[in-house]
Amino acid sequence: MKILCFIQTLDGKANNNSLESLFAAQEISKNNNAEVHAVVFNKDVATKLSSYKLNSVIYINNSELETYNPEYYLKSLELINNELNPDLLIFGHSYETRDWVPRLSARLDKAFVSDCVNVQFESDLHFIRPIYQAKLNEKIKLNNQGIVSFQAGSYSYENIIEGSCSIEEKSLDLQIDLTVRPGERFKESAEGVDLSNAEVIVSIGRGVGKIENVELVKSLAEKLNAQIGASRPVVDAGWLDHSYQIGSSGQTVSPKLYLAVGISGAIQHLVGMKGAKNIIAINKDPNAPIFEISDYAVLGDIFEILPKLIEEL
Amino acid sequence: MKICVLIKQVASEDSPLLLNEDKLTLKTDSINFVSNEPDTYALEEALQLKEKNDATVTVCTLGPESSRQVLKDALAKGADNGIFISDDGIDTSSPLSIAKTISAALSNDTYDLILSGLQSNDIGFSQVGLLVAEYLNTSHASLVMGTEIINDKSDIKVKLELENGWFQWSELSLPSSLTIQSGINSPRYATLKGIMSVKNKEVKEYTKNDLAISEDNGYSVVEKFTPLKSKETTTIQGSADEISNQLVDVLKNKLRIVS
Ligand SMILES: Cc1cc2nc3c(=O)[nH]c(=O)nc-3n(C[C@H](O)[C@H](O)[C@H](O)COP(=O)(O)OP(=O)(O)OC[C@H]3O[C@@H](n4cnc5c(N)ncnc54)[C@H](O)[C@@H]3O)c2cc1C
Repeated sequence: MKILCFIQTLDGKANNNSLESLFAAQEISKNNNAEVHAVVFNKDVATKLSSYKLNSVIYINNSELETYNPEYYLKSLELINNELNPDLLIFGHSYETRDWVPRLSARLDKAFVSDCVNVQFESDLHFIRPIYQAKLNEKIKLNNQGIVSFQAGSYSYENIIEGSCSIEEKSLDLQIDLTVRPGERFKESAEGVDLSNAEVIVSIGRGVGKIENVELVKSLAEKLNAQIGASRPVVDAGWLDHSYQIGSSGQTVSPKLYLAVGISGAIQHLVGMKGAKNIIAINKDPNAPIFEISDYAVLGDIFEILPKLIEEL
Repeated sequence: MKICVLIKQVASEDSPLLLNEDKLTLKTDSINFVSNEPDTYALEEALQLKEKNDATVTVCTLGPESSRQVLKDALAKGADNGIFISDDGIDTSSPLSIAKTISAALSNDTYDLILSGLQSNDIGFSQVGLLVAEYLNTSHASLVMGTEIINDKSDIKVKLELENGWFQWSELSLPSSLTIQSGINSPRYATLKGIMSVKNKEVKEYTKNDLAISEDNGYSVVEKFTPLKSKETTTIQGSADEISNQLVDVLKNKLRIVS
């Protein structure tokens, strides 16, 4: 088997999620002796990668690839794929991967098993990915050559096996008519709350039902001297300002206590709060994924529990 | 302008998910089916673009008979016409085969813009809208948080959500296929007048036989299963009084958050 792992870069640094997926490739190789090659568009990162246990690093030296443009990325990987003919293309499941790799899958006519969390070595190689918002998992087997991406945090890049390998430098002919013209990256003016140093956070999820009920959770927060946080649907619905959002597209927090009220525990939320020292979740669904990472799983109805709890505190 | 919105029917968030003995399919009797929420943002964006740019909005779904409902709901909210593709005989576990099927149906018309939700709340591959872009040879963008038609309707300007709180404006040539991130707008409700109008709106029908599509899907689902817990968790349950007492004990004595 031949594996080609794409390493995404920004400002001369490798994306952590890509490095995690590189370790996943090494894990697969440990089991089936697959060749592992890495492909990267940045020279410094290529040098760094050459100190890992890989069969080779392919460094594509094209000015078009200095910043992200899906069409140049697509063309490059199409060309490299056709040259190397890998059985498995591996990516970290980053936002960029979400944007351009599906299209690569159609272009190469290779199935793309996206957002995997694990690999199992049974009679075949099996990929595990969450479905139904992580309430179930599915196990997938590729029948032919394919593409796989790994969710952030599925593997630890600190485990990457060191070694040494050669760097193969290439320039590609990337003459295409562009249909996408990306502009500058920017941040929205950063006003609002900063939860990065909060000791206690009471976080509001869609389970609170409507804007009127936000007050109930706020009174609990007051009793606990806590700051308020929220899941994305809560700020999308305008119940709280966007700056309260915790998760992959919001803030990352690591309080002493994170109390999640009516939050299901989607991965995009978990990445923002799983560093909390203690996690208490109140949810009426015994299968809510948030319970999997909770220290205390409180199974019940918010509207029965909260009034009592506030009274007793 | 012609806009097409891809909408899928999925299990509602609070539906119990019980596997059949084949470990591949779910018991459907206990499931409440609804429009995939991310797709409702795509529909709303299309309806707002229609109001600003004089466009027609087509809604398209691929699914079982029951999923005709998502078309009706979208037509009631203001879409002009629909496309129903029966999933009978089509491998809907594979994004490639879903996208090939939809692209074949859409290729009978020319759309300036194809909008879909970022991902479905069931299988969640987040691929179909982007695969369709490749098959229909349009430009694409994903994680779209804002849209504006520009340059005399030849281009579209989109605001993209990037990681870690970054955003980016990008200009795309039309035709284009965009996958819409939740929170871009506030989806409207259907009006009574809208609901009444549904029966007068045309829905085109396709079955597998109408659409010549190849069948190689590249992978198989071996099984579905409930994830295992990885962390020691203390479960607190019982009556509201019991739960509240235990929680106070945890907050006061174990975690020492309050005194
Ligand atoms: C690219 C991308 C980025 C994203 N970024 C983020 C992000 O930064 N942050 C984020 O939070 N999400 C983000 N999301 C969305 C994420 O996938 C989930 O949709 C979201 O986190 C769900 O929020 P929730 O848990 O509040 O709502 P739901 O998933 O709807 O969960 C509500 C929960 O409340 C429970 N509940 C309902 N009523 C009661 C009651 N009366 N008593 C007790 N429990 C009750 C239910 O059982 C359920 O578990 C992102 C998604 C994508 C695709």
